Amino acid sequence: MPVSEVRKLISVTSAKKVNAEVFSSTASVAELEMLAKKVRRHIVSMIGKAGSGHPGGSLSAVEIVTALWFKVMRHKPQDPCWPDRDRFILSKGHAAPLLYAVLAECGYFPVEELLTLRQPDSRLQGHPDCTVTPGIEISAGALGQGLSFAVGVSLAGRLDGRGYGVYVLLGDGECDEGQVWEAAMAAAHFKLDNLVAVVDNNGQQIDGWNRDVMNLEPFNEKWAAFGWQVIEVEGHDFSQLLPALDRARLVKGQPTVVIAHTVKGKGVSFMENNPDFHGKAPDTEEVAIALRELQ
Amino acid sequence: MPESAFTRQAYGETLVELGRENPDIVVLDADLSRSTMTKLFAREFPDRFFDCGIAEQNMVSIAAGLAASGKIAFASTFAVFMPGRCFDQIRMSIAQPGLNVKLVASHGGISVGEDGFSHHAIEDLSLIGSLPGFTVIVPADAIETARAVRAAAENYGPFYIRLCRPKTPLVYSKDYRFNLGKAVTLREGGDACVVAIGLMVSAALEAAENLKSSGIECRVLNMPTIKPLDEAAIADAAAKTGAIVVAEEHLEHGGLGSAVARVIARRQPVPVEFIAIKDTYAKSGKPAELLEQYGLTAKDIEQAVRKVVKRKVG
Ligand SMILES: Cc1ncc(C[n+]2csc(CCOP(=O)(O)OP(=O)(O)O)c2C)c(N)n1
Repeated sequence: MPVSEVRKLISVTSAKKVNAEVFSSTASVAELEMLAKKVRRHIVSMIGKAGSGHPGGSLSAVEIVTALWFKVMRHKPQDPCWPDRDRFILSKGHAAPLLYAVLAECGYFPVEELLTLRQPDSRLQGHPDCTVTPGIEISAGALGQGLSFAVGVSLAGRLDGRGYGVYVLLGDGECDEGQVWEAAMAAAHFKLDNLVAVVDNNGQQIDGWNRDVMNLEPFNEKWAAFGWQVIEVEGHDFSQLLPALDRARLVKGQPTVVIAHTVKGKGVSFMENNPDFHGKAPDTEEVAIALRELQ
Repeated sequence: MPESAFTRQAYGETLVELGRENPDIVVLDADLSRSTMTKLFAREFPDRFFDCGIAEQNMVSIAAGLAASGKIAFASTFAVFMPGRCFDQIRMSIAQPGLNVKLVASHGGISVGEDGFSHHAIEDLSLIGSLPGFTVIVPADAIETARAVRAAAENYGPFYIRLCRPKTPLVYSKDYRFNLGKAVTLREGGDACVVAIGLMVSAALEAAENLKSSGIECRVLNMPTIKPLDEAAIADAAAKTGAIVVAEEHLEHGGLGSAVARVIARRQPVPVEFIAIKDTYAKSGKPAELLEQYGLTAKDIEQAVRKVVKRKVG
């Protein structure tokens, strides 16, 4: 399709959305914690209903993703392509159910749609698909690529003089991928201070603990050596996450990584630190127990 | 001898023109800007040029991020590294999302020469051609390159353009108009049709000229856009000439020949012969020596035409 026609299409769709409002939430930390529980219930119900999916790495990043979309990022649920929006890039694409749950709670699509996860005609594909789901910046599911994509988005933001921030969620196991470090090197080289990576540092990947599968340590030092500002936080604690994410954008001439210490499967006793629930759905009985624990 | 020129020089010069016309054009390279000729753009537009170092996968994903943010992103490296090394990145971040990234790969084929097999791109068309949504172009000369690069900038979506290292003879004159997705009949003839791309186009013309003395009139079709393929032109050539030879500087498997054979089988079955590299890696050598050794010369095309004409029934 000629570029001019695509432009026309884009301008028509954005024209309709001039009145879309910037999302804002007055939620207190206590209320965010309630919201996080609700998001966890969505995750368990969605994956339970679908009969497949990745609960462990979805549950570990609930506070990170909730904090970003509810408190940190500027975005418009009624206008997902608003050019000045802050960008969120889910590099660990298998945590799609988490992102879908948070997007629905923000108003990107009806909460009821969450239970269509992984069904053939659903907008909520097994891994993020940017061609069908509002609020998804880029398709994902093949690990190790999101940070590079984010470098491109950050460069474009700078070229265009737009002040948006670019937030990327990485898995710690994902950091085995060499491309993550290519991107880390490039982000520092290009001095991308509009770029923030958050690592969901739950210590596990599929085959077990990171340290046994492929040791990442010294992890903070690696990021620092690549030229990044490094901030460490407890990843389930909003009172640490929120100031860290705000502080991330203050540094000049350098990208920031927030290493968020988390627990895989957080909030569901039998999933916590249990690699079995990396990519396995809970059965009906397990869903019921999990939902009770998440009340 | 016809005049020759570098397709990659034409690429670099066209990038500069495009850069002057459109501030959304950005260019990426992976430490090969002196060879791919993106250095011409880098010199004039340093703020819109991003050297990603020797990290092609990173470059391709960054290009996708730029394109998703409204830029027309050209990314270049050698053809052997582009779809080969970056296949998953291209698949995930460019092909499926349908982003406006133009992968322009220089040093296609074995005419790279002395660097040897590690630098010979003989699988790239098969790899990139397998990805839904990609437009794939192999220009025949520098003039067609300039037009094709412009067409890529003007048409939204993922493009792959394959250039080569040596100078190629000019097939076109300056007033050539490039039609995206359309074959070009360079020579008429009723006994057989040679469908060629890239360097092989001038070889095909030479072969057709040589065959004349044996009474064989050969149509020559240049097929610059190999995906989406101009099926009508192929069906017409098959119907009117009854015999097809496909010539490409690529493995026989998965390149233009495979695509043409699919069309012939479906629409107009006639005998087909293939001028391509036969399931092997080439060695170091001078470009001309290698083309000869691996059966990619005008003489090879001539023989293939004679053979395919003999196979015609009736
Ligand atoms: C390139 C690639 N290789 C392998 C996989 C399969 N895979 C999916 S999730 C995963 C483990 C990811 O571990 P981590 O990044 O730590 O995520 P988390 O533990 O937070 O779920 C693997 C290997 C993949 N999706 N992509």
